[in-house]
Amino acid sequence: MVDDFKRTYGPIDDWTDSRELLARARQQADKRNFDDVFIVDIDSHVSDDRNWPEIMDYIEDPVIRDAASAFGDGSKRGAFLNSTPGLQWQNVWGRIPHGQGLKEPIEDDGTPREIVLARKCIDEMGLDYQIVFPNALLFLGMHPVPEMEVHLATAYNRWLVERVLPEDPRVRAMLYLPFNNPSAAEETVRRFLGKPGVAGFLVTSSRHKPVHANEYMRLYAMLEEADQVLGFHTHLNWQDEYTSQLNRFISMHAISFVLCNLVHLTNWVINGLPERFPKLNVMWIESGIAWLGFVAQRLDHEYMMRTSEAPLLKKLPSEYMRDMFYTTQPMERSNEALLAATMDAVNADTQMLYASDWPHWDFDLPSVIWDLPFLDETARRNILGYNAARIFNLDIPEKYRALAAE
Amino acid sequence: MGELFVAKADEIGDREGRVVADGDLEIGVFRLGDEFFAWESDCPHMGGPVCQGKVINRVTEVLDAQKRSHGFDYVEEDVHIACPWHGFEFNLRTGIHPGDPNTRLRGFPVEVRDGDVYVRI
Ligand code: FES
Repeated sequence: MVDDFKRTYGPIDDWTDSRELLARARQQADKRNFDDVFIVDIDSHVSDDRNWPEIMDYIEDPVIRDAASAFGDGSKRGAFLNSTPGLQWQNVWGRIPHGQGLKEPIEDDGTPREIVLARKCIDEMGLDYQIVFPNALLFLGMHPVPEMEVHLATAYNRWLVERVLPEDPRVRAMLYLPFNNPSAAEETVRRFLGKPGVAGFLVTSSRHKPVHANEYMRLYAMLEEADQVLGFHTHLNWQDEYTSQLNRFISMHAISFVLCNLVHLTNWVINGLPERFPKLNVMWIESGIAWLGFVAQRLDHEYMMRTSEAPLLKKLPSEYMRDMFYTTQPMERSNEALLAATMDAVNADTQMLYASDWPHWDFDLPSVIWDLPFLDETARRNILGYNAARIFNLDIPEKYRALAAE
Repeated sequence: MGELFVAKADEIGDREGRVVADGDLEIGVFRLGDEFFAWESDCPHMGGPVCQGKVINRVTEVLDAQKRSHGFDYVEEDVHIACPWHGFEFNLRTGIHPGDPNTRLRGFPVEVRDGDVYVRI
């Protein structure tokens, strides 16, 4: 154990300390000597709605800031959020307690809860960096009041940059781009670019905005020029016409978390955005990886017959896909041959990045990458950390540097 | 071979368990009626602390003679433990996952002597 926390081995419930919950992750880390492996977690969601009242104080519009007090019986909890059924169903009716967010009590010494929970996870899983993203904002692209996306995203970004990130250099963030308003998204980049702890910028994929629309070209050019990562973080949408036919969370989650990124990636490639912004690092987050084999073959197949509809392309769609980046979680692995072929199809050695998605119900530990029998050690180390260090310009601690050079 | 003391038999209620540890070896011992069952708390999915999970019965879907669905029900005789990491379920009597007989927990013999429960390791 990395600290003197004493396990109880008791039943795990909603309030269990995450060190108890993840103690066996620590055992895995020790057995695999993860303290000698540079590991970056690209995507975790340790935040919960307890932070929300504090975040509301960062809203810049004085009227909206005041109005937050009208929510949550005056507590501001959940103010203005457009949560929909789905995220609250993650715990499989109590079977996976942390799926509903970490509710453990923490000592209030002024350290943001986000940092306390991230540190526990970093220590138990054996991570070096963790990139955090808020649960609450995952729905925001579908907010019925478009300006609310800007108000809430700006407040959240400010809170992260001013209050959270200065607390621990191991905790980084990809900031939320209010993508439904292209000029506000550009302003977000201008305002926060280069601030300590800002790893990149992120679009939540659950939205009805085509990524190839001309209004976004300036944003992409800014991000490319600044050598920033642009992430597309998937999410559910149970209200789309197709997904609303799915009566179980399992079905909706399996489809919806892929569908939005499937649409955005297809638009991205077929409209030639990789040709227009060849140096922009684009990353697809939390759709798993099984879909990549499908979409790569499917687009290649159709592109050969309908090349005239994608005239900006100079090579096959799958070849552009091999230049983009993908986080691995939730890594589908019931069929190892398919998994190996998928990783090969997108050059996993250089293009894939480990993500935990902790504490969501389908989180992955670093061991899922480390234990893959078909990857050599260099590929494992790249996926677990060095690919992230390269594209996020992360400092690699001295002890790992010799291996990073491989 | 050795054994670990788990608890006094009457301290473990029906459908309850205790996890005992010997180093990294963690074993959950559960009581169902008068019987005890012991399983390694090492989930075959990702190594999670399965025996610290929730005890819950197997769920079934109720169909009528025309094969129309009438929702869910619990199966009285099939008691499961659900791994708290990602929800894999295992039958507490057999250690087997209800969806895949090859996904199973490693079992250990349990002995009750003079009202004390021991697990053999
Ligand atoms: S480790 Fe038990 S369900 Fe994943």
